[in-house]
Amino acid sequence: MVKIDAKIPEGPLADKWKNYKNNQKLVNPANKRKLDIIVVGTGLAGASAAASFGEMGFNVKTFTIQDSPRRAHSIAAQGGINAAKNYPNDGDSIYRLFYDTVKGGDYRAREANVHRLAEVSNSIIDQCVAQGVPFAREYGGLLDNRSFGGAQVSRTFYAKGQTGQQLLLGAYQALMRQVNEGNVELHTRNEMVEIVMVDGKARGIISRNLVTGKLERHFAHAVVLATGGYGNTFFLSTNAMGSNGSAAMKAYKKGAMFANPCFAQIHPTCIPVHGEFQSKLTLMSESLRNDGRIWVPKKKEDAEAIRAGKLKPTEIAEEDRDYYLERRYPAFGNLVPRDVASRAAKERCDAGFGVGTTGLAVYLDFKSAIDRLGRDAIEARYGNLFQMYEKIVDDNPYETPMMIYPAIHYTMGGIWVDYELQTSVPGLFAAGEANFSDHGANRLGASALMQGLADGYFVLPYTIQNYLADDIATPRMTTEEKEFEEAENAAKGRFEKLMSINGEKSVDSLHKELGLVMWDFVGMARNKEGLQEAIEKIQAIKKEFWSNVRIPGSTGGMNVELEKASRLADFIEIGELMARDALHREESCGGHFREEYQTEEGEALRQDDKFAYSGCWAYKGEDQEPELNKEELTFDVVKLVQRNYK
Amino acid sequence: MENTINIKLKVWRQAGPKAKGRFETFELKNISTDSSFLEMLDILNEQLINKGEEPVAFDHDCREGICGMCSLYINGRPHGPDDDVTTCQLHMRKFKDGQTITIEPWRSAGFPVIKDLIVDRGAFDKIIAAGGYVSVNTGGVPDANALPIPKPNADEAMDAASCIGCGACVAACKNGSAMLFVSAKVSQLALLPQGKVEGARRAKNMVAKMDELGFGNCTNTGACEVECPKGISLANIARLNREFLSAKAQD
Ligand SMILES: Cc1cc2nc3c(=O)[nH]c(=O)nc-3n(C[C@H](O)[C@H](O)[C@H](O)COP(=O)(O)OP(=O)(O)OC[C@H]3O[C@@H](n4cnc5c(N)ncnc54)[C@H](O)[C@@H]3O)c2cc1C
Ligand code: SF4
Ligand code: FES
Repeated sequence: MVKIDAKIPEGPLADKWKNYKNNQKLVNPANKRKLDIIVVGTGLAGASAAASFGEMGFNVKTFTIQDSPRRAHSIAAQGGINAAKNYPNDGDSIYRLFYDTVKGGDYRAREANVHRLAEVSNSIIDQCVAQGVPFAREYGGLLDNRSFGGAQVSRTFYAKGQTGQQLLLGAYQALMRQVNEGNVELHTRNEMVEIVMVDGKARGIISRNLVTGKLERHFAHAVVLATGGYGNTFFLSTNAMGSNGSAAMKAYKKGAMFANPCFAQIHPTCIPVHGEFQSKLTLMSESLRNDGRIWVPKKKEDAEAIRAGKLKPTEIAEEDRDYYLERRYPAFGNLVPRDVASRAAKERCDAGFGVGTTGLAVYLDFKSAIDRLGRDAIEARYGNLFQMYEKIVDDNPYETPMMIYPAIHYTMGGIWVDYELQTSVPGLFAAGEANFSDHGANRLGASALMQGLADGYFVLPYTIQNYLADDIATPRMTTEEKEFEEAENAAKGRFEKLMSINGEKSVDSLHKELGLVMWDFVGMARNKEGLQEAIEKIQAIKKEFWSNVRIPGSTGGMNVELEKASRLADFIEIGELMARDALHREESCGGHFREEYQTEEGEALRQDDKFAYSGCWAYKGEDQEPELNKEELTFDVVKLVQRNYK
Repeated sequence: MENTINIKLKVWRQAGPKAKGRFETFELKNISTDSSFLEMLDILNEQLINKGEEPVAFDHDCREGICGMCSLYINGRPHGPDDDVTTCQLHMRKFKDGQTITIEPWRSAGFPVIKDLIVDRGAFDKIIAAGGYVSVNTGGVPDANALPIPKPNADEAMDAASCIGCGACVAACKNGSAMLFVSAKVSQLALLPQGKVEGARRAKNMVAKMDELGFGNCTNTGACEVECPKGISLANIARLNREFLSAKAQD
């Protein structure tokens, strides 16, 4: 086991970031021009980082698999972004945001990182407003806030139901301004497929041009991965189709540790699965829980009649409805954190009270809100979400309750980073959902956007300088060097190997098999036997993949199936790592629920004496078991208690 | 309870940017009307792969109408027959049993075909790079509430900012003009005090870039507004013209 140093600065919690900035090394303007940074990914984290680096005077190259940076998966975030502004004067503060995030994460995040996140949250809102992000406003012209799952204050800023879109467009526009000024070189439809290491440091990447199929070599003094989360391991998730974990896997195989892979978030409010041809799950924003009430029938026979199509939800009398979240958690009601809400839905459905044709759905009902506030007010708040729901399901949520069910949504785990967001590979940094840093075992709503932009606008621009300051004398390398050639050959060999399999099964069919195993055994509720079985099953899928996948076409030119196959190969390995991590973590915390560890009332039961650490997995070679390292978590400020939302 | 339909597809196939394209015909049976249009194409592709043929290449990502990646000209309409939705939000319940569905890429000088149904919309990025932003650096900005903005302006800016950059407006326009797209960004920023400062310059630079990249002139046919999945209004073009004229006046 290696000793893990998170490089947390000295001093009291509230001063650490200030102390860090006061003492860090800087790079002067003339030297910045001599230094190259590669940013892989142009979501909130990547675009904000690349734009900021460009403004500072570094030479930046940025890569995205989509045809434009504006299409990164961040675009889909609906609900909002948190900040500790306390504009509504409801008692919020940096400390409270910090505290809520650590508690919400079930005490599995690093205090120092989370405090810094809360500190910079306010600057994010200022920055976005200055960029022209059209946040919602009140009649007085000032910014509007709302409350969001797991918080008792209103600290969420939003732009209709399209907050991620507006924040990403702000960052994208800042990025395009730097492209225009020649500080950033943009590579679209271009996928990083290998990291180039020189003398133990990350010094560049090999990418595949997705239009021509050609492999390209790119040098940089430092590389940032901002490539998003790995939720698509489950095949069906709320993530965009292209979201993938491949860049993280490439880093892992080059020596970057992968932390807490089993911490995946299941979102309680998604449109239920409706058929086997389904390609993705659609999230209904959590903000709906502010006004919607969640229920299932109290009587089993009513649930059965609904499933058979003989009864409508609107025909069920008030006293025959079980508003189970309000019943179980009177203090937070429908606003309990996501993991709690998800498990409660599963519990009711497993007990036979589920609705919809499959029985795997619960109601989210707006009737009392419409009665209280009027249809117009509800339409103003959620109009586009209601429209989206109706287009998909062909049901009118103003008249009949929505149906929802949990789905995989977000991955808290990811590439391990220290306080500086540097991975265990020198010169390789990770930001946004791709890293594991701030959310512990469960992320609060509206905190991913905050973290992505914090990393990109306000953390990396400082910390990367501290690294690069030692590199000012390192000249640009030519990509003719042997390290680049070897990395390119490795990537080439892998693609050729994939093409040569020429088997019988499509990529998607194998991905669906993996997804089912993940959902059944590594999903909302896990246990020892199930996880052991999952590992065996995933290894069998891996074998099947490498001997029987069929990829039409060739490595030259655009080949969508080849792209998908290459990502699936990595998802299979991530899946196994998730199962291993879940198996080793003999406790329940946040998004990780082990059936063996629960209270009598069915709540998650942590084992702080044994598991108050981040599990950091190190790659040990093909078909070798990975090694578990532990970053012990110390809590100097927050007192560990069992979360209680009653 | 599930309804299914049989359909015939006429799909544009083109091996590469320079290759000659042609229509290919496929028949699909028992397609659930609850499936989305892109799921229907997934089913087609699964069948093609199982036969050892190359699947149809099409762009998509979020599949919930927000990333702007999906495109497709379906039976003569960008994003198909349903109103106010993108192709990925289109469902097969909008089609009839036995129907023939023709699927083409966006066709416009500004968007060259890359493969099959995929086109290159890089021109939109270039137009944004020409001025579609507020020129502020990270840090050193005032408090977010320092400047009150009347709610109607903020709301109107939000409506303009809803553009997803899909390019349907260009595909719908007989002149291949990108005016609706450009005007949406110019309007959003002109409506906000933060963006107003550079309003005239922005309009001029973005329009010049659009012209340079081979997009046609706007002759106010209004086809773009009808096909825009996000309801971006023609009023934005009027506002762009005002900004543009004030830029000219300043020259
Ligand atoms: C439907 C939905 C709603 C959400 N709503 C909210 C919300 O309301 N509030 C909130 O705080 N969070 C929300 N989230 C979570 C949040 O949106 C994401 O966690 C966040 O946007 C991730 O940003 P990112 O920059 O880390 O990555 P992403 O936005 O996923 O960007 C990843 C980037 O990496 C690129 N990339 C990936 N691999 C490669 C490679 N190998 N080579 C080159 N490029 C690559 C991609 O092209 C892309 O540009 C939501 C998520 C979903 C799915
Ligand atoms: S204006 Fe409408 S049609 Fe044109 S790119 Fe924007 S969203 Fe698409
Ligand atoms: S796939 Fe994103 S808008 Fe259609």
